[in-house]
Formats: sequence, structure tokens, C-alpha cells
Amino acid sequence: MKFMTEFRDADVVAQYMEEIRRTVTRPWTIMEVCGGQTHSLVKNGILQLLPEQVRMVHGPGCPVCVTPLNLIDKAVHLALDKGVILCSYGDMLRVPGSKMSLLEAKAAGADVRILYSPLEAVKIAAETPGREVVFFAVGFETTAPANALSVLHAQRLGVKNYSILTSHVLVPPAMEAVMNDEEAQIQAFLAAGHVCTIMGISEYGPLVERYKIPIVVTGFEPVDLVQGILMTVRQLERGEHKLENQYSRVVRAEGNPEAIKVIREVFEESDREWRGIGNIPHSGYEVREELAAYDADKKFAVNIEKVPESPECIAGLVLKGIKKPHECPAFGKKCTPQFPLGAPMVSSEGACAAYYHFSQLLENVQP
Amino acid sequence: MDKIKMQLQCPMPKLDFDIITLGHGSGGLLTNRLLDSGVFDLLKNELLDERHDGARFPVTNGQMAFSTDSYVISPIFFPGGNIGELAVNGTVNDLAMCGARAQYLSLGFIIEEGLRMEEFWEVLVGIKFAAENAGVKIVTGDTKVVERGKGDKIFINTSGIGMVHPKSDIGKGRVQPGDKIIVSGPIASHGIAILSVRQGLEFETAMVSDTTNLNDSVMELLDQFGSGIRLLHDPTRGGVATVLNELARDTRLGMDLTEAQIPVLEEVMGACELLGLDPLYVANEGIYIAVVAPEIADAVLKTLQSREKTARAALIGTVTTEHPRQVLLHSKIGGKRVVNMPVGEQLPRIC
Repeated sequence: MKFMTEFRDADVVAQYMEEIRRTVTRPWTIMEVCGGQTHSLVKNGILQLLPEQVRMVHGPGCPVCVTPLNLIDKAVHLALDKGVILCSYGDMLRVPGSKMSLLEAKAAGADVRILYSPLEAVKIAAETPGREVVFFAVGFETTAPANALSVLHAQRLGVKNYSILTSHVLVPPAMEAVMNDEEAQIQAFLAAGHVCTIMGISEYGPLVERYKIPIVVTGFEPVDLVQGILMTVRQLERGEHKLENQYSRVVRAEGNPEAIKVIREVFEESDREWRGIGNIPHSGYEVREELAAYDADKKFAVNIEKVPESPECIAGLVLKGIKKPHECPAFGKKCTPQFPLGAPMVSSEGACAAYYHFSQLLENVQP
Repeated sequence: MDKIKMQLQCPMPKLDFDIITLGHGSGGLLTNRLLDSGVFDLLKNELLDERHDGARFPVTNGQMAFSTDSYVISPIFFPGGNIGELAVNGTVNDLAMCGARAQYLSLGFIIEEGLRMEEFWEVLVGIKFAAENAGVKIVTGDTKVVERGKGDKIFINTSGIGMVHPKSDIGKGRVQPGDKIIVSGPIASHGIAILSVRQGLEFETAMVSDTTNLNDSVMELLDQFGSGIRLLHDPTRGGVATVLNELARDTRLGMDLTEAQIPVLEEVMGACELLGLDPLYVANEGIYIAVVAPEIADAVLKTLQSREKTARAALIGTVTTEHPRQVLLHSKIGGKRVVNMPVGEQLPRIC
């Protein structure tokens, strides 16, 4: 805990805030890529402490939010109709599919289990040889090593009734997609610290050069975030664009080579559909052909009809930082965490839900 | 009495059955064998001993409180207690929140066939332990057994009645702007203890549920401060955030909380960080929230802190006319955020 409380020190935050105020001379728009950062910014009330000129927009880095509707429908189908034991991280359960969420499938009799690690799912598979166990492998680069490891683990143990339903997305291609959008006005990025813990920071250098944009790899605690914002503002004010690492206590330049090795062994890059954004080339992982036996998508050959998203949901614009959650006409009215129209309202890391849960703006939207 | 001492003093009698079957709930011979096996001896008192369809007892002048609750916790044994203790403490505490000291409880079991007699015995000893500690008598009861798969080992319902303290004047309508919000102990301990066993998570420090009766503590406050105690609430399911949101909604007032003042045990906070949970939304058992008149707040706090059970009581917030119907939290780093009502069960985050 000591390691965390140091980075929640009110005095240190105040000093950085003061430094940001002294440094900033004109308006800047900065995107924090990761949903965990969005969550922390609002949870700690950092947004209202920032000077007006610093405008934070919330990026697409919420894995739950960008998991396509179709894939949730597949998970529900596997759990409900194919009788598999469907294991998932907790916050995936409430995300509405086109007909129901996994939580509703569970209530309807499906065997859906919340786990903290895919290795637990392998254990369940080993202990339940008569049944198929599927892990809903959702996430960015951060969760990929554990999901990959679960496949290797199952292979090593000879567990054949285990597979993963993959929805792995990658951060750098998403940042490119944001920058390539003509409407986007992002002037700097806080890159996702934990993704870089795994992958290192080398992928971001080319983005800095191509888009002439400052990128600061940033952590998640209040002190991390305000320091990261200060570093970006300093660059912006000086007219610089560099790759910097605020989160150096955790992120090494080369990342975690062991984890990368495991990822490469199990996954290969593929095009991916992002909920609310659309198809982004080379933006995800899928299980390598030679390990197809562990790929639930292939193992069960599920074909589910694609259902269009609610036309009222502006998730894509929110995820690309073009609109703020409360600028959506449905926000807090037709769309609430209880009855979400789109994915960013579901997970507490989603920009819309984060705003709904924690923000002052709520005063304007509650009846 | 010490819990271990009680367990040693109440060994399970020798029986000719190991597991409870459907027949034990039939009302016939088997039911009697189950009850005679020691249930009545264990919970013995003059009213229960009558073994009638209900209990009769004299009443005194004044106001009574009546409450009921069902207990379906899984697992039924957890660090710091079991479902039996919970079933007694829960209803005793619900009555305490009404300003009443529980006197009599009813006890209803719904047992899933196949429950091992040892487990049932341990639950019974838990009930005895909690009832004696709370000074409450089990005076009537019922036992049903359901087929395997139609229950989850054992469900318990308890109802209780007790006399309201003559000086008590508790009600949501009495909550005023300026009142102080006090919590009687560290939050989230019970919920995290349950979760740690449910998820099979192992922590270096054992998380222990704080299930206990609160009636002595509440009675002491009412003796001393009477109507200055405006409202009492035990933040069980949904945690402190839910209780305060309900209060804000019903009183149309705002609740201002100071994050830095909210007591959370360090190991519980660590577990919450690890599991991606917010302690404000985690269930509690052995603590309560008191809304008190501002002029007595310091004295209430001092009284609570001088007792072992409530030594870590803290003043966590103020009732205000600003931001009506909202709970606002002043974060440790000086920011602000709205604390909302949770949507459903709190689900752990991915990363």
C-alpha cells in the first residue's frame, strides 16, 4: 500500500497542479488513451482541478467498451445454447449484447463464472473433463500475456476442453485511427502505462514523428496523471514533440520480453473490429492457426448474425475524443449504466459511465 | 463468552445419522430426532422449551420494533463467522437501527438435503454464540428440508422483536442540514472477507468478517444522547454509498463526504485495489452509520472511540442543503466526485 499512497499525496498533486497552471498559456487538447486513466481522473476529481486551458479527452482504451456486439452475442450463445462453462473478467458480464448480457444469460441458466485469471479457467477445465470451458479473452496488450499463457498451460497439461474467445485489441493502431480522423483535434497523448509495461515504448516513437505529437507514457495514480499532464503541457508550450516516460518506475523501454515472447507464441496480429469505431487494420490479436484447437471461434464455428448498433449511440465520436459523453443527447436520459445504449456506458472505465458515475455534470442530467 | 470456548463446550452429540435428508423436514419422527438431537438443548430457554406453535410472553408499555431478514450467504462458513451468527446479528442489528434492543427471535431453517450434520451443528453453535452475546432469546422456529439442488446448503430466516429505547427518536424525517455523519468502524471488512473465500483468493493477512451485534453500542448512545441521534443505519448490501444515496434521495438533502476520514483497514484497502472494487460499495456487517446533531457529534465520537468494538469510529461527513439528493465525495487529493447508487452487484474491473 505504501507504494500506492505515495502517489496519492495531496501536496504533491497540488504542487504539480500549480506547475501546470504556471506553464500553460493557451488551450491544449490532450487524450488519455487508457480507460483506467479516465477512471482515475474522474474518481479522484482531477478534471475539475485542472486549469481551463487543459482539456482532457477520453480515448478508446476501454477493452470492454470496444468489444464488438457480435462477439458478446457469440459468448452468450456459447454459454446458453452450447452449454459451455463461460469464464470472464467481471466487467464484461453486464455489457449488453443484441439480445442479452452474460449476466442475463447466467440468470437464464447458463454457467457463467467471474474469474480474475484465465489460469483459473484452465484449472476448471482440468477438473471438469466432461465439459467445454471457454475464457472470454478480452483486453489490450495488458491482458494478452495471461490469456496466451493459459493456452500454453492447457497445451502443456493436455487439457483439450479449454479454449479462448478472443477479443484482443492493440493500442498504437487505435491511436493512429484517432489521429487519422479528420475531426479529431488531439494535440498530445498520455499513453497507457500498463500496456507499455508489457510492450515497451518503441512502438510510440514512429507515431511521435509521423504526427508531430507529444506522447508521454503515464501511470494511473493521481500523482502520475498530473505529472504526465505537466510533461505534455511543457512539450506543447515549447512546441516540441517527444516520447517521454513518466511511468519509468514500472515501464522499461524494452517492455517485458518474457511476456512478449508468450504473446507471439500464441497470437498473431489481425484486423479487428472496434465497437463504435469500426474496422482498424492490424489492430488486434487472434490465436495462431497451429493453436486453432484452443480458439473458441474456430472450435465452435459460431455464426451469429451481425446486428447494427443503436443509431442514437455516438460511442465512436466519444471514443475518438470528438465528443464528450455529456454532449450526447441520450447521456443520462435514455442511456444510463442501468440501460446502456452503447458500450462506453457499461464499464466503469468507459468514458460515459465514468462521467455518469463520478462527474459533477450529473446535476444537470438527473431528473 | 469466547467463541472457541463455546465450541468446545458444545460438542456435537453422537447421532445415528451424518447427513440431513428430506425426512428430517417432514414433521414426523425424523424431524423430532433432528430437533431432539440437541437443537433445543443448545438454544434452551423457558419459552422455547414449551415447544408450542408459537411463543407467548408478557409485554411492557412503550413502543416495539419488529424486523425480519433472510440469510442466503455463500459460503456458509467464512473467516470471522458463519451464516448462523450472521442470521442472529443481522436481525438484532436491524432492530438496533430502529433504536430497539432485540428480545426475542424466531428462527427458520431451509436446509438443502445432504447438509452434513456437523455443518448444521456448527451453524447452531454460531447461533447460540451470537444470541448469548446479544442477550436475545430464540423462542420459536421452523425447519424445512428441500431436495438437493433446490437450495444452497442452508438458508436461514430470523424475525425479531424488541422494545424501543424510551429516549429514542429515530427517523429519516429528523435529519437536518448540518447534521454529522459518523461511521462506527472501518468499512468493507465483511464483504472483502466473504469475497476472499468465495474467489479462493489468498492474502498474506487473513481478512476477517466483523459480524457482531451492535445493540450495546446503540443503547449506550441512546442513553447518553437521546433524540440527538437522528438516524441509524447499517450499511449492509450495497455498502455505505447505497445507504447514503437512499438517505439523500429520501431527505432531498445532500451528503458531503471526506474520503480521507473514511476508515478502511489497510489490508482491506489493499484487497479492494487488487480486486478492482470500491470499498464504499462493499457490504458491511458489524458497523453502523449514525446521523447525529452537530452539537453532540464530538461527544458521540468520543463515546464510540472509547469502546473496543467501535474504537475506529470516524466522522466522515455532513448533511447539507447543497447538491440535494446527491452524495458528494471530497477526494484525498482535493478533487470532488459524485458517489452514485450502484447499478447491481459490483463487478471487478479488467485492468
